Amino acid sequence: MNKIAKLFVTFFSAITLALVSFSSSFAKVEGEYIVLGSAISLTGKYSSNGVHTQNGYNMAVDRINKMGGVEVQGKKYKFEIIYYDDESNPKRAAQLAERLIKQDGVHYMLGPYSSGLTKAIAPVTEKYKIPMVEANGASRSLFTKGYKYLFAVLSPANQYLEVAIDLAVEKNGGKGVKIAQAFEQDAFSQDVRLGILDAAKRTGSEIIIDDKLPKELNDMAATLAKVKAVKPDVLVVSGHTKGALTAIRQISEMKVDVPMLAMTHCDAAKLSKQHGKKSEYALCASQWHKNLSYKDKFFGSGKKYAKDFQKEFGYDPPYQSAESSAALLVFKDAFERANSFDRDAVRDALVDTEMQTFYGNIKFGPGGQNVAKPMILFQVRCKGDDCENRVVAPTKWASDKFYHPIPKWSERS
Amino acid sequence: MDFLIFKAPMLMVQASLDGILLGILFALIAYGMALQWGVMNIINIAQGDLVILGGYIAYTIYLWGIHPAWGVIISPIIMFFVGWGLYKLVINKVVDRDLFISILATFGIAIVFQQLMNFIFGADVVVAQSEYGTTMLFDNSVTLPNSKIFSAFISVLYAVALVIYMKKSRLGRAIRATAQNARAAKILGVDTEKVYAATFGINAALCGIAGALISITLTLHPYVGLPYTVRSFMIVIVAGLGNLPAVAVSGMGLGLFEEFADYILGTEFRIGAVFLLLVLILVYRRFKLSKKREYLK
Repeated sequence: MNKIAKLFVTFFSAITLALVSFSSSFAKVEGEYIVLGSAISLTGKYSSNGVHTQNGYNMAVDRINKMGGVEVQGKKYKFEIIYYDDESNPKRAAQLAERLIKQDGVHYMLGPYSSGLTKAIAPVTEKYKIPMVEANGASRSLFTKGYKYLFAVLSPANQYLEVAIDLAVEKNGGKGVKIAQAFEQDAFSQDVRLGILDAAKRTGSEIIIDDKLPKELNDMAATLAKVKAVKPDVLVVSGHTKGALTAIRQISEMKVDVPMLAMTHCDAAKLSKQHGKKSEYALCASQWHKNLSYKDKFFGSGKKYAKDFQKEFGYDPPYQSAESSAALLVFKDAFERANSFDRDAVRDALVDTEMQTFYGNIKFGPGGQNVAKPMILFQVRCKGDDCENRVVAPTKWASDKFYHPIPKWSERS
Repeated sequence: MDFLIFKAPMLMVQASLDGILLGILFALIAYGMALQWGVMNIINIAQGDLVILGGYIAYTIYLWGIHPAWGVIISPIIMFFVGWGLYKLVINKVVDRDLFISILATFGIAIVFQQLMNFIFGADVVVAQSEYGTTMLFDNSVTLPNSKIFSAFISVLYAVALVIYMKKSRLGRAIRATAQNARAAKILGVDTEKVYAATFGINAALCGIAGALISITLTLHPYVGLPYTVRSFMIVIVAGLGNLPAVAVSGMGLGLFEEFADYILGTEFRIGAVFLLLVLILVYRRFKLSKKREYLK
C-alpha cells in the first residue's frame, strides 16, 4: 500500500513538473507570438459586455497582426491572447489572473470587464509586477491606490457626468443649479456621484435630492415623486443598464417634468431602442462615439472602425468594444518604444505613452487613468419613432445642438 | 428634506398608492410560495427565478409583436407545465426529506434557471412596453401608471379565482386535505403524488403571472430573481402559512412600509428597514410563543 502511494506521488509530481516546464516555455513570447492574458466575463451577468470587450480585443489583434505586427529589436511579432471565462465573479477573476501569470507564464495582461472585476485583478498583477492595460474599469478607486502596473485607456468614472452639470450651469446663465440625483450603491455609480458633488461645489450648485438606490431595487417611484415635488433643474441618474431603463420607464409613466435629465449606460441599455420616444432628450455620458474625429493608421477613423466592426461581428460597436481595441494599440506602441520584452521596460514605456487612436488621445496620469480624453455627452433625439444618439458636448464634436429645456410631458406627443 | 412627505400631503397619497399597488403584486408571488410551503413543506429558493422566467415568456411574445398583457394568460399555462416537470424531475425526490435538503435542491434549480435564462435571453436588462398610459389624480400631483393598476387588478383577480378554486374544486379540496394531513389523505384515496405535482405547477403558474406583470411594470434580467424570493419569503413569514387574507395584507403592508421608510429614513435604508421589521416580528412571535408555553405549564 505504502509502495503504491509512493509510486503515485512520484508519478504525479513527474506530471506536475512536466506541466510546469511545458507551461513556462509557453511564456511571454513564444516563437513569433507575444502572448497576452485576459480573464473576461463570457458567462454570468456581465456576459454581454464581456463579449463586447472580447470582440474589441480580437478585432485589434487581427488588425495589428495583419498590418505587420509588433516590431521589437528588428523582428516582427504577432499578438496572441489567452482568455479565461471569469463567470462575472471577482474571486474567480483574481484566481484566473494568478493562473495566467503563474501557470501560463503570461507577462502582459489585458483588463476584464467592469470596475469590480478590474479591482479584483489589479492587486494580483501588481504583486507579480505584470503590466496591465485595461479598458473597462473606470472606478476612481482604481487610480488612487498607487498601482504602478495598471493603465486605463478610459476616463475615470467621476468624469462621466461632470460635463452635464457644467452644461446645466451654462444654460442657467452661469448661475448654480438645483440638482436631484439618484445613484445605485455600487463602486462605479458612487464614483459618478462624487464627480457630481465636485462639480456642484465648483459651480455653486445645490444638491436637493441625494438618493442612494439599493442594488436590488428596480422601482424608483419614491425618488421620482420627490423630484416632482421639489422641481430641480437637473435630474442625474446612474445605476447601470437597469437604472437607466427603470428611470425612463417611470419618468414617462409618472410624467415627471425636469428641464434636464442626465444618465449613464444609455448605450448599453439600448435605451432609444427599448423605450423609443419616451427616452427622447435624455443626456447620456459616453466614453466614445463613432462620429468623433480621432484617427490612427490601424483603424482609420471612428466611422471606419464602426463599419469594419459591423462587418465582422454584425452589430454596431458599443464604446466597450472601441476602448478594448484601443488597449491593444497602446500595448503595441509601448512594446515598440521599449524595444524589449522586459516587463519593467514595457511598463516604463507605458508610462510615457502619448498617442492618438481612433478612440481618442491617450496619456496616462500618475494613477494610471487616461487624462487626455474628455467624456462626451449625447442626447437621444427622435424623428417619428426612429430615435438615435447625437453628440451635443463637448462643442468641438457636437453634431447637434443641445436641446434645452426638455418639453413638458403634457406638450409631448 | 427628510420629512418632505409631511409637508406635501399629496406625496403621502402617492407613496401609499405606490406601496399598495406594488405590494399586491408581491403578495401574489408570496401566495404561491405559501401554498407549496404549506402543502409540501418546501421553501422554494427558485421562486424568484420562476417569476423572471414567466417574465421572459411575456417578453418573448412581446418581441413577436403580441401585446405583453397576453402574457398573463400564456405565461401561467407554460409555467404550470414547467412547474409540473420540475416536480417530476427534482422536487418529488426531496419532498419528504429534511427542509434543508429542499432548500439546497431549489437553490440548485435557481442557479440552473439563471444560467439557462442568461444563455437563452442574454444578459441585457429588458422591458416590455404596454403603452397603457397614466392616470392622473388631484390635478396631476398624484400619477399612477396604468400598467401598475392593471397588474394589481390582475393579481387580485387570479388570487380570488384561486381561492374559489381551492374551496370548490375536487383538486382544490385534495390539495387542502393533503396540506392538513398527507398520510390521512393518502389513506382516503387522494393521489398525493399528483396533488404535489399540481401544487408545484400552480405555484409556478402564479409566478408566471407575476413575471408577465413585472415585464410591463419593472425590468427583467436573468439574475434579479433573488429579491423576489426574499420578498415573498418575508411576506409569508409575517403572514404565517395557510392564511391567504393575511398574505394579502402583509404584502400590501410591507409595500407601504417600504415606501414610507424611503421618504422618512432615506432611499438607502428602505430595504434595511423592511429587514429590521422582519426581525422584530420574528422576535415578537417567539416572545408570544414562549409565553404560551409557560401558560401551558
